[in-house]
Amino acid sequence: MTIFRDMRATFTIAVIGILFMVLAPTVLELFAIINLTTAIALAMLALSLALVWGYGGILCFGQTAFFGVGAYAYTVAAINSGDAATAILIAVVVAIIFASVLGYFMFYGRVSDVYLAVITLTVSLILFSLIRRTSGPEYKIGDALLGGFNGVTAPPLNLPWDRAYFLFPEHVFYVAMAFLIIAYVFTAWLVRTKFGRVVISIKENELRAELLGYDIRLYKLLIFMIGAAIAGLGGVLFCNGVGRVTPDVFNLYNSALTIIWVIVGGRGTLIGPVLGAFGIFYLTSALGTQSTINNNLILGIILIIFVLAIPKGLVPTVRDWMIERKDRRIQRVRERRIRTRRTRSSTQNAEGAGE
Amino acid sequence: MTFNKNRRRFLAGASIALAAPAIIGRVQAATDDIKFVSILDQSGGLDIYGKPMVDTTKLAIEEINADGGLLGRQIDLKVYDPQSSIQLYTQFATQAAAGDKADVVHAGITSASREAIRPTLARFQTLYFYNVLYEGGVCDFNCFCTGSTPAQTVEKLVPYTMNKWGKKVYVVAADYNYGQITAQWVQKYVSDNGGEVVETEFFPLDVTNFGTTIKKIQAAKPDMVMSALVGGAHVSFYRQYAAAGMNQSVPIASTTFGIGNEHKLISGEEGDGMICAYSYFEEIESEANASFTSRFKDSMGDDAPALNELAARSYEAAYLWAEAVKQAGSIDRMQVIEVLRTGLSIDGPSGTVAIEPKTNHALQNVYLAELKDQSFNIVESYEAQPPTDTLLVCDLVGNPNQSTFYFQNGLEAAGIEIQ
Amino acid sequence: MDLNLVIALGIQIIYGIANLTLISLGLAIIFGMMRVINLAHGEFIMLGGYTVVISTNAGVNIWISMLIVAPVVVGVIGVLVERLLIRWLYGRMIDTLLATWGLSLLLIGLVTSIFGASTATTISPPLGVVSIGDYTSSAYELLLIGITVALCLIIFLTLKLTRLGLIARGTMQNEEMASALGVSTPRIYMLTFGFGAAISGFAGGLLAPVTGVLPTIGVAYIAKSFITVISGGAVILAGTVSASAVLGGVNGIVSFLTGPTIGEVALLFAAILLLRLMPRGITGRFFRKGL
Repeated sequence: MTIFRDMRATFTIAVIGILFMVLAPTVLELFAIINLTTAIALAMLALSLALVWGYGGILCFGQTAFFGVGAYAYTVAAINSGDAATAILIAVVVAIIFASVLGYFMFYGRVSDVYLAVITLTVSLILFSLIRRTSGPEYKIGDALLGGFNGVTAPPLNLPWDRAYFLFPEHVFYVAMAFLIIAYVFTAWLVRTKFGRVVISIKENELRAELLGYDIRLYKLLIFMIGAAIAGLGGVLFCNGVGRVTPDVFNLYNSALTIIWVIVGGRGTLIGPVLGAFGIFYLTSALGTQSTINNNLILGIILIIFVLAIPKGLVPTVRDWMIERKDRRIQRVRERRIRTRRTRSSTQNAEGAGE
Repeated sequence: MTFNKNRRRFLAGASIALAAPAIIGRVQAATDDIKFVSILDQSGGLDIYGKPMVDTTKLAIEEINADGGLLGRQIDLKVYDPQSSIQLYTQFATQAAAGDKADVVHAGITSASREAIRPTLARFQTLYFYNVLYEGGVCDFNCFCTGSTPAQTVEKLVPYTMNKWGKKVYVVAADYNYGQITAQWVQKYVSDNGGEVVETEFFPLDVTNFGTTIKKIQAAKPDMVMSALVGGAHVSFYRQYAAAGMNQSVPIASTTFGIGNEHKLISGEEGDGMICAYSYFEEIESEANASFTSRFKDSMGDDAPALNELAARSYEAAYLWAEAVKQAGSIDRMQVIEVLRTGLSIDGPSGTVAIEPKTNHALQNVYLAELKDQSFNIVESYEAQPPTDTLLVCDLVGNPNQSTFYFQNGLEAAGIEIQ
Repeated sequence: MDLNLVIALGIQIIYGIANLTLISLGLAIIFGMMRVINLAHGEFIMLGGYTVVISTNAGVNIWISMLIVAPVVVGVIGVLVERLLIRWLYGRMIDTLLATWGLSLLLIGLVTSIFGASTATTISPPLGVVSIGDYTSSAYELLLIGITVALCLIIFLTLKLTRLGLIARGTMQNEEMASALGVSTPRIYMLTFGFGAAISGFAGGLLAPVTGVLPTIGVAYIAKSFITVISGGAVILAGTVSASAVLGGVNGIVSFLTGPTIGEVALLFAAILLLRLMPRGITGRFFRKGL
């Protein structure tokens, strides 16, 4: 079985994604397209955690740290260089370097499980506290002032060959969607490679993988860095969608929310968390248009009902249901066949034995 | 330079992209109601500020509608709840401006939320009101900041309390832009008046244990404490301060206490003697205010929260805008802005509020009040105070084509000498 | 620095440590016994505060409200939550993150809807002031230190000496074995969750007179207590107390020297270093046989 045959579902989803990308701007209003860019950015963050946690087994409670670092790095680099393409590259590289340092610190110190969750969360909270302090003029990287709690305005994307041309919101949407589709196909491919299978085996049984001779620390570090790169890219898209980056991205609420997307969408799938992020994005947006009933109350009730009713998460539940239906159909067909055979054989028997 | 030019090209492009739906939008608008959008936190940590603001905005719109509306049309108030998230602020601002085609947007509580949505509303040419007291410095043709600024409140509060209590001041402030910049204003006015700031401390918004700081205050032996603490967790400071007996020896002045109705959250003994400065207190004795408070209580019933500057100013700002629409005879953004910038004024519960055309801020009355048994007694009032802080850096009459926040990086960055 | 300041500051740091222990113990019990990370922990503390405010305003003696009513009410809420929600999730502990996060939002929303975004908290610390030279501390803070110590002792003795404690420890170490020996593990879990919630409510009630009581106040506690509990490791009491001592001590000293924000950052850094040096928390290395 080749990887590509195995990825049929992935390609189907990618095609749906491309169709959506092409059709959405003709159907939806401009504001919806602009806001979709933000949703796509969050979906990217969800995808990165889906990879790191769902496949790598690394419970990273502070995935937003890479998201935020990517957003800040893009903004600072774009203000200084004036070229968005360079800035995107820098953002991804900075996120990877940050993850490599943090990952080395954790994995080579054999930190795992909830202890790792706490370290990553803490790192995110430290960034939140420190960047909040940077309102003064002395916090300047090149031409970019960090702006403290108010954050920095992020320059919009421009063309690498014509820096004077800034992309329109629709174009930014195309770019964001394209990045998401590419990242999705890439991660789906990655988890099917030998590297990916080793990463999964480490998640399933760390000790056994190590005894088989794999350096689990290295594998964990690498998947962690890849996750950070995707999260960093998400951060770039986020500050383009919102037009701004603020230390808010590092706060506890957003850290926890990322975990929630993955659980809602289903751990161990890639498209699940992406859909989870979109779903909760639209839920909170829709709730925000009303203020009769407290929004925390409604969101809380929905999540609780969800966890009780759809315990495995969205995508695994749908998948199981489909498999079950298919099985049942096969079962039915088989039963029918057996039944007809039996009747046939019994009639044959009847005829043959003449009882 | 190039950036600006490109920016304009980008904006022009964006407005072309908008043109098609905008035409349909306008046809609709002729038959539809006037669209008034309010984006204020109704849940999450900032709801203590946002809820009373929405309540009074609703009251104002109901009253205007009951009075026959504007230009013979009714006002349709749409409230979005950004749930204390900056990202949702930009989303809803985009939706209000590009989707709802709002005629005016009243929005924002923290400066971060204002700065997040100001460019969006400017890009989609949607009139914007920000009705919260803040650190000053916004200079934007499209944005009207009606709340009080430090030159209006801190400048009065510092000399008054220093005369009363002494010249050594200890500053405690919330650790984000508002607190940091307000602390600089305090520093400036304290030294302008011949006093001394012995120490300034900043607190993350979720700190609930202030014990160490209280010991430091005791060690520094100041004559007074100036507080710019913000939010629910920081209420703990006042309670622990009182529990250590400090409210008896070193009194507190504040430009933020009471704006989330904190004076109702702590007991009389804990709060008595604090002095605060705002452009509105529920306890102002005037006919306009008496009628406003009773109308508010009637509309809200028993659940009516205490009224503060944020709530009163949201109400007055809705009327300011309505008056401008009436005088302009149109809801066209430029015509309304022109009328507002003639120095338009209304008489509201806080007294006369007028637009100051150089800054798009408000000329407003300022009151100093002392807390006693959970209510404020007005001890001093100043009429028609100009936003002199923002006037130092902003002149929209000379150069209307501006959209800058001058104090983004503190006062020294804006060329204002602190000492 | 004069001696009085050193003493006053020392007391303050001990108070900071006690405070951290107090807000973390409830979470530690639930995590240590059940491996459930209760993200609604901050809201249990908040509910404790509200219980005290409401019952005191209704005329109940403030001591009775704080020491009895708050833990009982929040404990009952905890048992209800366990019966209605958590028990369906045994065996899939990650989902409890989602469930308790939902619960946290629900409780914030519910309390806001009932009592409004802010509530009059007019109960005062019911004690006077203690002077050390020029410095004054609230006598109530000293009392809180004492109560925290007493609480730790009670938990220690309960786990060590009572039959219930023995069963609870047994269940914690080996659930299947306990079950095979005839212990009703669901019942133990229900009681544990209720007990943890009660301790959180107790903490919230005790802090009500010296903090703001608001629906969203839980956010101020959850991150700090979560970090403390995990830094402490799997052993409930020794872990929480030792982690509180390290983190609270660092926070207090650095806050005094530099300021509160850097103090908070120092606390977080200390937690990171601690976990790097001891990847299973403090009790992964020390006090392993403790309680």
